[in-house]
Amino acid sequence: MAAEQVDGDDSRRNFLYIATGAFATVGSGLAAWPLIHQMNPAADVLALASTEVDLSPLAVGQSITVKWRGKPVFIRHRTPEEIEQAQTADPSELKDYQPDSERVQNSEWLIMVGVCTHLGCIPLGQKDTDAKGDWNGWFCPCHGSHYDTSGRIRKGPAPENLQIPEYVFLDETTVKIG
Amino acid sequence: MTDPHEPEHNKMQLKGIMGWVEYRLPWVGLLNDSVGTNYPTPRNLNYWWNFGSLAGLALVIEIITGIVLNMHYVPTAEGAFASVERIMRDVNFGWLIRYVHANGASVFFAVIYLHMFRSFYYGSYKNPRELVWWLGLIIFFLMIITAFTGYVLPWGQMSFWAATVITNLASAIPVVGTGIVQWLWGDFSVGNSLLGRFNSLHYALPVAIVGVAIIHMWALHEHRSNNPLGIDVKGPQDTLPFHPYFTAKDLVGVGVFLLVLAGLVFYAPNMLGEPDNYIPANPLQTPNHIVPEWYLLPFYAILRAIPDKLGGVIAMAGSIIILFAVPWLDTSKVRSAKFRPMYRQFFWLFVIDAIVLGVVGANAPEGNWIIIGRLATFYYFFHFLVILPVVGWIESPKPLPDSISTSVLGDKKPVAEPAE
Repeated sequence: MAAEQVDGDDSRRNFLYIATGAFATVGSGLAAWPLIHQMNPAADVLALASTEVDLSPLAVGQSITVKWRGKPVFIRHRTPEEIEQAQTADPSELKDYQPDSERVQNSEWLIMVGVCTHLGCIPLGQKDTDAKGDWNGWFCPCHGSHYDTSGRIRKGPAPENLQIPEYVFLDETTVKIG
Repeated sequence: MTDPHEPEHNKMQLKGIMGWVEYRLPWVGLLNDSVGTNYPTPRNLNYWWNFGSLAGLALVIEIITGIVLNMHYVPTAEGAFASVERIMRDVNFGWLIRYVHANGASVFFAVIYLHMFRSFYYGSYKNPRELVWWLGLIIFFLMIITAFTGYVLPWGQMSFWAATVITNLASAIPVVGTGIVQWLWGDFSVGNSLLGRFNSLHYALPVAIVGVAIIHMWALHEHRSNNPLGIDVKGPQDTLPFHPYFTAKDLVGVGVFLLVLAGLVFYAPNMLGEPDNYIPANPLQTPNHIVPEWYLLPFYAILRAIPDKLGGVIAMAGSIIILFAVPWLDTSKVRSAKFRPMYRQFFWLFVIDAIVLGVVGANAPEGNWIIIGRLATFYYFFHFLVILPVVGWIESPKPLPDSISTSVLGDKKPVAEPAE
């Protein structure tokens, strides 16, 4: 600062103006950050970010829905026919191409977020009596999106396949989602 | 209609989009006339005139942090305490926001008290600013209710018992008292219903404060600020434009204000609070010693000084209501205590009395504190009802200067351009 050439009152005043303005701007930004960040998920919310599920009671052909981060997660113990259908689907028919192997860790267990990728409704298909759509998977009643036995979008307005959450198998029959 | 005493109205000459908007909605002009180059301000204002803008800043800080806290707060007897603890521990920066809100309230009251004592010293409430004073007192009253309802929200032991004691004041009213208390509670005791309505009021009343503050400033801008000499502005030579002279001066105050607030928040966030309020509300046990926040202690002392239930309530209400009569109780035509040698002594005695009342309020009503509290309460009313009018009659004020400019500048020529 001292090295800078100061020729008279004007440049001193400009320097003070800019320094004050810059200081006030940075200060306001720093003061605003806590007010913005407080709306992000809090520590107790983040602490509940993962859920462990015991899969042992689930027979082949049965599904359960568990709540994870406030959303339904569909867990389906798929039948051999369903696995067959999922693995042999014609890639040209898939709107959002993904092979079944990329969507499961163990082909018996399909684990995915049960939220339609169109506008967030919950698709039908978890119960035997539910409509399952034209591909024997899930069917969203809001705007008619059809998902196959791998949860991939086949028909209707949804743009993407049902989302796959992060999960790990802790042992044969226990999965930790998130 | 042009008032010959008004400075020439310098309409904002703006071009482009700003000019298009200004022609339809003259907001730059309004700002310029209110806090800009077109608002002539007595050139001799000292730092005691900073507290108005600081009160506005404190109000804004309280509203912003309050809106944020309400996003996380649960207004039920079951959930309130836990939700406040969640704000302190889990919400991102929740501890910071809550400490700013709680200490901000303290600093807000400190600013308001200094603002009021400024008015007492310099006679700012006198003709023609009586309504500015009244509107300020209405804001003060709304602030007390807002602060009290806010203090109840964390639902700790102090919250609960303060709510119990203060709402029970209404039971002092003959005949209908008990009914009124049940109406306030919405129940047979302080509980969930009361917490819900206090939460609602605590959010709503600040909106009313903003409204009254705008009217307060509207009334102020009609006759403009009083000044340390207490004499009227006689012409442009007595004034300076508000901007940049007093915006800059106000910003110095803002810097000091923020330092004090940050000092409290970061180094002593619980100094002004009561530790008992970190114990969840327990309707079956009263804390050993209940006290309000420091800024209400003098009024609490007045309440307890009168050994009669109804009398105490009347005295406490009277201690605020009497302030409305001050512009007429003060019979002196001279505004500033600078020229009132006798009043100046009594002003400082009154300051001491107010502090004594605060100390009395903080102590348990035992032994000498009872006597001191009664004497101080008596003096509080004696000051307003007897000293103010009598001193105005018997005092001979010092001669007033001819004008602000001659007093401030003497024979020197003004360096800064007067406000036109």
